[in-house]
Amino acid sequence: MAFEGLSDRLQNTIKKITGKGKVSEQDVKEMTREVRLALLEADVNFKVVKDLISRIKERATGQEVMESLTPGQQVIKVVKDELSELMGGEQSKIAVADKSPTVIMMVGLQGAGKTTTTGKLANLLRKKNNRSPLLVACDVYRPAAIKQLETLGEQLNMPVFSMGTEAKPIDIATKAIEQAKEEHNDYVIIDTAGRLHVDNHLMDELQDIKANVKPDEIFLVVDAMTGQDAVNVAESFNEQLDITGVVLTKLDGDTRGGAALSIKAVTDKPIKFAGIGEKLDQLEAFHPERMASRILGMGDVLTLIEKA
Amino acid sequence: TKTRNSFSGKINDLIAKYRKVDEDFFEELEEVLITADVGVMTVMDLIDELKMEVKRRNIKDTQDVKEVISEKLVDIYYGDDDEEIEKLNLQQDNLTVLLVVGVNGAGKTTSIGKLAYQLKSEGKKVMLAAGDTFRAGAIEQLEVWGERAGVDIVKQGAGSDPAAVIFDGIKAAKTRDADVLICDTAGRLQNKVNLMNELAKVKRVIEREIPGAPHEVLLVLDATTGQNAMSQAKIFSEATNVSGIILTKLDGTAKGGIVLAIRNELGIPVKYVGLGEKMTDLQKFNADAFVFGLFADMLEDENA
Ligand SMILES: Nc1nc2c(ncn2[C@@H]2O[C@H](COP(=O)(O)OP(=O)(O)OP(=O)(O)O)[C@@H](O)[C@H]2O)c(=O)[nH]1
Ligand SMILES: Nc1nc2c(ncn2[C@@H]2O[C@H](COP(=O)(O)OP(=O)(O)OP(=O)(O)O)[C@@H](O)[C@H]2O)c(=O)[nH]1
Ligand SMILES: [Mg+2]
Ligand SMILES: [Mg+2]
Repeated sequence: MAFEGLSDRLQNTIKKITGKGKVSEQDVKEMTREVRLALLEADVNFKVVKDLISRIKERATGQEVMESLTPGQQVIKVVKDELSELMGGEQSKIAVADKSPTVIMMVGLQGAGKTTTTGKLANLLRKKNNRSPLLVACDVYRPAAIKQLETLGEQLNMPVFSMGTEAKPIDIATKAIEQAKEEHNDYVIIDTAGRLHVDNHLMDELQDIKANVKPDEIFLVVDAMTGQDAVNVAESFNEQLDITGVVLTKLDGDTRGGAALSIKAVTDKPIKFAGIGEKLDQLEAFHPERMASRILGMGDVLTLIEKA
Repeated sequence: TKTRNSFSGKINDLIAKYRKVDEDFFEELEEVLITADVGVMTVMDLIDELKMEVKRRNIKDTQDVKEVISEKLVDIYYGDDDEEIEKLNLQQDNLTVLLVVGVNGAGKTTSIGKLAYQLKSEGKKVMLAAGDTFRAGAIEQLEVWGERAGVDIVKQGAGSDPAAVIFDGIKAAKTRDADVLICDTAGRLQNKVNLMNELAKVKRVIEREIPGAPHEVLLVLDATTGQNAMSQAKIFSEATNVSGIILTKLDGTAKGGIVLAIRNELGIPVKYVGLGEKMTDLQKFNADAFVFGLFADMLEDENA
């Protein structure tokens, strides 16, 4: 399978123009073609790639590149810059409500990693911020979803609030917050059932929970291996819930993770955390810069720029 | 739209929108296929072939290009094979063992529940083995599915050796004279070498206990997955010799087009598709309907 990094792809063109001193429009065209392919192979959405490429083309045919002594490398730099700009800066703060408890709601497609990330976030909040979270089992649909969260609670030695599978998620969430106040839990993390962004009934359920518990954060949990559909999912969840941030899971895999770029482009919400394993301490702050390099084919791109 | 008209009929509509087979036409075709996660290189190759074919046959009218497109796409899928490749390899008189593998959260356990129900409805005696001893609540999840489908499950405690559970499962299935044993395994990312070795070991245990088994190794792929699915198919095959794919979550907006590239490059066919979270939401794969599904949006645009 041809999963070459961008720099492999660009080697030939760069060789051709090295020493030429100047790039022609044809050279730029060739290079942007390779950039386009690399981004598409990394699962960046088709439309997002289109926009990016037109911006890159514009800059690459501008003075800074055309008059540079190392135009090939300059083009790569433009690409990297555009990607980094789109990815935004690092942002991994979690909201703190004026009045305790702070409420976090986890949402996303089936199997994305919501329940696991609920446990990881709780762990992080306790370790780093000395908080005492309450986990809330609002997934009444998936078989053994409550048991899964309870097991994570046991592993963490943290309380889990549940009312079985007969109760309504909205009631569970509401009651959980009451209990958190009584028990002095300063964070409430609500695990919800996975659902499709086009499932109106279940999306309404999330809107109802939101209206009732007024969460301080709504995290959309997205699998880093997601392909072109990432834009539909992210756009739809964001439109219906006005999410406050994204958690990208399963980044410990070998995916390029172009979905990160797509999600950022359509929602303009920060990707705050990255899941890097199944264990409860495998959550870290998301690094946009590193992600940009990863999408383009790892650090080798940077080396090329440094040579510039 | 769970049922779809035949691909060739619909391709007709698509073509009607364009009077000429020009760059615009091929550009939209490219966009449609890439957006369906078919994979850049597969799409480029396909479009190149189409362009050549169109030139060779001197096709000017979009009407005539339709046949070429459907031929090529379904061709990519079947190659020299026929629909037999989609059938599950069930033993007539002996125990059939199915091993289910895949990355985290793809839909393995759910698909096992659905498949158990389906096979049971066909009159088979089915048993399940709870080989995911790692993920929180995994055993309980499979138990619920066993209850729903009305089939027995063999399990050990959380944290026990998956190979030992599967071994027990085979023993129990033999003793109780079951027709089919379906083995669940923990989700794992394909780049985790030790976890892939663990899976290979599970497979070896099955091979040792029953010559010729496992009769199918089913890789569960989430249709939402992009190009990484190719890497999954490759590496899981290296470890366990995957014989078929279950493509899940096709009830969403993702198209799962990467299975075309996987079939093309690795020869692995899709056997089932998952269309929801209910027990009945599992269907046999139908290449025509699937290929048509890739174009559904293009058709809707045109009707608008
Ligand atoms: N390797 C890896 N696995 C992860 C990560 N996050 C979650 N998982 C695994 O992904 C699978 C699904 O995780 P869950 O937390 O159950 O996902 P969910 O979104 O709650 O799923 P539903 O409730 O069914 O919608 C499990 O096997 C987790 O162990 C991660 O960052 N890396
Ligand atoms: N919409 C939809 N959801 C599905 C489908 N198949 C599975 N799911 C859901 O996807 C989520 C994950 O399914 P599981 O069966 O737990 O996946 P798994 O591969 O066993 O996960 P791990 O054991 O954690 O690796 C659950 O919420 C399922 O209900 C499907 O075809 N459509
Ligand atoms: Mg969950
Ligand atoms: Mg499972």
